[in-house]
Amino acid sequence: MTEEPQEPRSGPAAAPASADAATERTAATRTRRSFITLGLAGLAGLAGWRYLLHTPDADGLPGGLRRVLDFNARLSNEYYRSARLAPEFAKARARPPRVNGHVGLSEDFDPATWQLQVLGYAPAGTAPRRQQFTLAQLQALPRTEFTTELKCIEGWSTVVTWAGVRLADLLARYPLATASGRPIADQLPPDAAPYVSLVTPDEQYYVGLELESALHPQTLLCYEMNGQPLTLAHGAPLRLVTPLKYGIKYLKRLGTLSFVAQRPADYWAERGYDWHAGH
Amino acid sequence: MKRLVEKHPLAIRWFHWINFPVLALMIWSGLWIYWANDVYRLGWGRTTLLKFFPQSFYAAFDVDHKLAQGMSWHFVLMWVFALNGLLYVLYTAVSGEWRYLLPGRHSLAGAWQTVLHDLGIRKEPLPPQKFNGAQQLAYTAVVLMGAGSLLTGLAIYKPTQLAWLTTLLGGYEWARAEHFTLTISYVLFFLVHIAQVVRAGWNNFRAMVAGFELQDEAAPLPPGEQLPPPAVSASSPS
Repeated sequence: MTEEPQEPRSGPAAAPASADAATERTAATRTRRSFITLGLAGLAGLAGWRYLLHTPDADGLPGGLRRVLDFNARLSNEYYRSARLAPEFAKARARPPRVNGHVGLSEDFDPATWQLQVLGYAPAGTAPRRQQFTLAQLQALPRTEFTTELKCIEGWSTVVTWAGVRLADLLARYPLATASGRPIADQLPPDAAPYVSLVTPDEQYYVGLELESALHPQTLLCYEMNGQPLTLAHGAPLRLVTPLKYGIKYLKRLGTLSFVAQRPADYWAERGYDWHAGH
Repeated sequence: MKRLVEKHPLAIRWFHWINFPVLALMIWSGLWIYWANDVYRLGWGRTTLLKFFPQSFYAAFDVDHKLAQGMSWHFVLMWVFALNGLLYVLYTAVSGEWRYLLPGRHSLAGAWQTVLHDLGIRKEPLPPQKFNGAQQLAYTAVVLMGAGSLLTGLAIYKPTQLAWLTTLLGGYEWARAEHFTLTISYVLFFLVHIAQVVRAGWNNFRAMVAGFELQDEAAPLPPGEQLPPPAVSASSPS
């Protein structure tokens, strides 16, 4: 401050005038301090946010943001029972969903010779058990049908009736998810694969799931949509349906299903989306 | 005779100024998310008065193809927005500030008088109050809107895990539309708020930063007389 404090003057009007000046000075000091504090807090907030946005890239996102997304997913996985079912709807409400992606659906594909390849969980250093399934073999397994809401991560949704074999039912008959080859009972055995990887025949589109999600009673290897066999555009002969997650996980034209120890690559997670993509 | 009168407690000023940039970034990242399915409009049948949003708007602000980035920002900042809001509500409840903020029996009539006054129809000054009826309604409504954003946001963030909430709000599509409508309402609130802050002037604005207002009094109080209750101002934003 450059102003000199005023000398008190005598006379009846002097006291209020100097009191006013003192009040003004107090006000000016407090104002200055408060605005400087607010300015510094703003700069600190800006610096913190910029720091977060410049943390090393993790699959198309700043690592700091990616860690919060993973934290959110862990929290919801901890908090919610994984057996919770997605709401089901009346079959009459089902509509054909939009065809919203062509990655993994290359032209040179012959559905007649298609077989599902399954790689069992293998302890490190051993070759995985391989098993092939024709569509007829899969259709011979228990058939499950439900009508759920397909939610796209873009923000639209469609009620769809899906039918196929639950991945859990396939594994009950062919226990490929455990290293020992024992079927999975109520409790996950310690030698169960923590993750499942799903890849299209041309390996262009790929999805990762935690085993808990793969075993969910509404996770289907789906071959029928709205009462009709799947069309090629919707993923014939076999696609994944997992109504606890966004449509980006509903891989079309499943080629290879493997039970693995490491978190598998995921097409959209590599492009900045949440790996879990659960809702 | 000038007097320094305390107006806004420090905690409330912090809550306010943290909320401002956080809500702004929530709206901005929300726009990036909304772009991926921009289905809302004002209109009827085939007539569209206003599409949310015109292509020129997206182009001007570089909004397109940022869904993943928008979601990551939104789901980080949601924590700050929710915690700051909850702490604000707790603070006003515990400190007694809610007495100034919650509308009472006379708030609606008071708000009407404020509107008449601000439009220049009512000539007499408004009775001095920390927050007038219009402000009480606006500041309480905006807190309820915050709670609404939190609930509709959760309903579209976890529509399966929180299916009861999503159903309660009318289903996934409705909850998304409600979330969007609340966001537009913040923008409208902001426009009115800024206009009123500008109208009310520096003394009022400074109180939101430094906490006090300077008030003129006709004469100094005789010694021994009690000070009138603090936090009295007629010219405040709504």
